[in-house]
Amino acid sequence: MLEIRNLHARVDDREILKGINLVVNPGEVHSIMGPNGSGKSTLAQVLAGRETYVVTEGEVLLDGDNILEIEPEERACRGIFMAFQYPVEIPGVANTYFLRMALNSIRKYNGLKELKPVEFVKYVKEKMKIIRTSDDLLKRSVNEGFSGGEKKRNEIFQMALLEPKLCVLDETDSGLDIDALKLVADGVNAMRSPERAFIIITHYQRLLNYVVPDFVHVLVDGKLVKSGGKELALELEEKGYSWVENSSQSAA
Amino acid sequence: MENLVLKDVESYIDGFARFERSVAGNGWSWLSPLRKEAISKFKELGFPTTRHEEWKFTNVAPITKTSFRLTERATALPAGEELEKFTIPELDVFKLVFIDGHFTPELSSIKELPEGVKIKSLRDALSQERELLEPHLSRYVDLSDDAFSSLNTAFMQDGVFVYVPENTVLPEPVHVLYVSTGTTSPTITHPRNLIVAGKSSEATVIEDYVSLGEGVNFSNVVTELVAGENSHINHYKIERENRKAFNVSTLRIEQLRNSSVSTHAVLIGGALVRNNIHPVLDGEGGSCLINGLFMATGSQHMDNHMLVEHVSPHCDSRQFYYGILDGRSKGIFSGRIVVHKDAQKTDAKQTNRNLLLSEEASIDTKPQLEIHADDVKCTHGATIGQMDESALFYMRSRAIPLDKAKAILLLAFAGESLKRIDLEPLRVYLEGVVAEWFSSEHLNLG
Ligand SMILES: Nc1ncnc2c1ncn2[C@@H]1O[C@H](COP(=O)(O)OP(=O)(O)OP(=O)(O)O)[C@@H](O)[C@H]1O
Ligand SMILES: [Mg+2]
Repeated sequence: MLEIRNLHARVDDREILKGINLVVNPGEVHSIMGPNGSGKSTLAQVLAGRETYVVTEGEVLLDGDNILEIEPEERACRGIFMAFQYPVEIPGVANTYFLRMALNSIRKYNGLKELKPVEFVKYVKEKMKIIRTSDDLLKRSVNEGFSGGEKKRNEIFQMALLEPKLCVLDETDSGLDIDALKLVADGVNAMRSPERAFIIITHYQRLLNYVVPDFVHVLVDGKLVKSGGKELALELEEKGYSWVENSSQSAA
Repeated sequence: MENLVLKDVESYIDGFARFERSVAGNGWSWLSPLRKEAISKFKELGFPTTRHEEWKFTNVAPITKTSFRLTERATALPAGEELEKFTIPELDVFKLVFIDGHFTPELSSIKELPEGVKIKSLRDALSQERELLEPHLSRYVDLSDDAFSSLNTAFMQDGVFVYVPENTVLPEPVHVLYVSTGTTSPTITHPRNLIVAGKSSEATVIEDYVSLGEGVNFSNVVTELVAGENSHINHYKIERENRKAFNVSTLRIEQLRNSSVSTHAVLIGGALVRNNIHPVLDGEGGSCLINGLFMATGSQHMDNHMLVEHVSPHCDSRQFYYGILDGRSKGIFSGRIVVHKDAQKTDAKQTNRNLLLSEEASIDTKPQLEIHADDVKCTHGATIGQMDESALFYMRSRAIPLDKAKAILLLAFAGESLKRIDLEPLRVYLEGVVAEWFSSEHLNLG
């Protein structure tokens, strides 16, 4: 589904991604871990199409098409979804309106009929079974005044609504209380399917206890330095990143 | 009267003499001293230049270089259907239509009025309602340093007169539609409005400036609004003339004890717009909301000039002006608050927020506080920003196309201002007008 080949990206004059290679197949869950500032969010944003990050080398293929020249909105239509590490507040724009615009853009792209407000409300009710959210949050302006946890849940709710095929979760678990973490994990698990893939960026094992990854990768200084199965996450938690940093240095 | 053509100061003065003779038989002779005083004021002042402190940012040369024809009553009226697009849906109104500055009863509808209420053209009022007019007409607007209001006063012949006696609620808003139909030579009109609201009365008046033709029209407007004790008055001004139009208007509000006035301006049309708002809180416990949204593109120039005077103690004023500027347009917000020495416990607040959508667009924002009392609360704040890039990206990452995302953000910004409009059908209608402005070719959203 997704193939990242030798991806280099920089912001201003600083290189942040320094040659990433990663293949994600449908149905798989990949976890990316790594120290602060190593480039995890940058990778997520590059996949979503943020123009701040300039790709200097490499390719990103989605179902065989290089998507790097494609606008962010079309990437979303093609099924890429990124849950933001820091979801953006948009005062004055009602969450429901925003979500309906988003869903209808994707439906339109896929040749489906756009949903009218009433139909949309029904659809939302259906999705609220997958990830609980409150009517109050739906009525309010997008993320405005939401607590940290509420913002993260709203991201997952959007994901459930938009039904992407590639879900990139950037530290969705940070800032969640235990119940909310469970809720988010249940939502993700409910969405797991043979056609859908996940990239879960996290610092902690705890989300991975619920959403068990097929692969764990470690990103250090703009490169994936180590990959393994789910045990790798446990090992990292125990030994810290210095362990991979050192081992990768010794390997080099 | 053969065509009166007005351009430089001399031609206005010559024209005035002929204008005076032509209206002499109308039973308006009692106005003559007022007109004469006004024209000599104009003669003394001349048109302001950018050396004038209050006109620093606005060069009126486009106006003074144009020869305007003083409009006559139209011989061929536009068809009613042509005006339908200016109707506010789901809102019953007393409707007064002015074609090129002249009241047109055929296109207006003033239904049955409550006892004592007068809603009529100024032209009729001048001959029929002298005793109601005389104590108020031109008693409030300050001509001493205002060439345009002086000209208006000299040349006034029509406009709306609304009189609401005490303890009376006007059952529906008054919608005053000023339509310019010109297609060829530039025209000038001097709409003159007087709204007198008695003690404990309630009224809503909507002034709406539109164009049917593509020609140049200069609306030189003065509105005087007297809010009696305990009255509740809503005033709206919608400027949506074509983009060749000039519109210079002065709204002078006189507020008596415990009165509450809100005035809202939505400006999207015109080449050069000067929007003077001058409330005077002249009785304890008054409150005034001054809300505005101005949106300009191309080479439009919109100058908003507020002068809020607190004369009496315990009054509140709230100014909220929001600007959106695209293209090479220029916006100005000048907000002066004067707190006179007896106006203790004044609570005055001013907010001006601006969005610049292009590199060439600009805004000058200038707050001025002049405080002569010691126990007052005055705050002001102005912001100038661009569209929030991260919000745009967030929306795009959720499949919302860039132009749509921009329109959503702009509407949210404009909505901050529009949401203060209590009259729901009008608010919904204006939201539509604004949305259309964003999505039309007026705005380069790409
Ligand atoms: N817009 C930007 N401007 C300047 N520097 C940036 C920008 N975005 C990222 N960086 C820098 O790039 C590096 C990688 O940042 P990134 O956000 O990808 O890290 P991360 O791995 O997600 O870290 P964390 O675990 O703290 O979220 C950091 O040093 C950061 O300061
Ligand atoms: Mg990060």
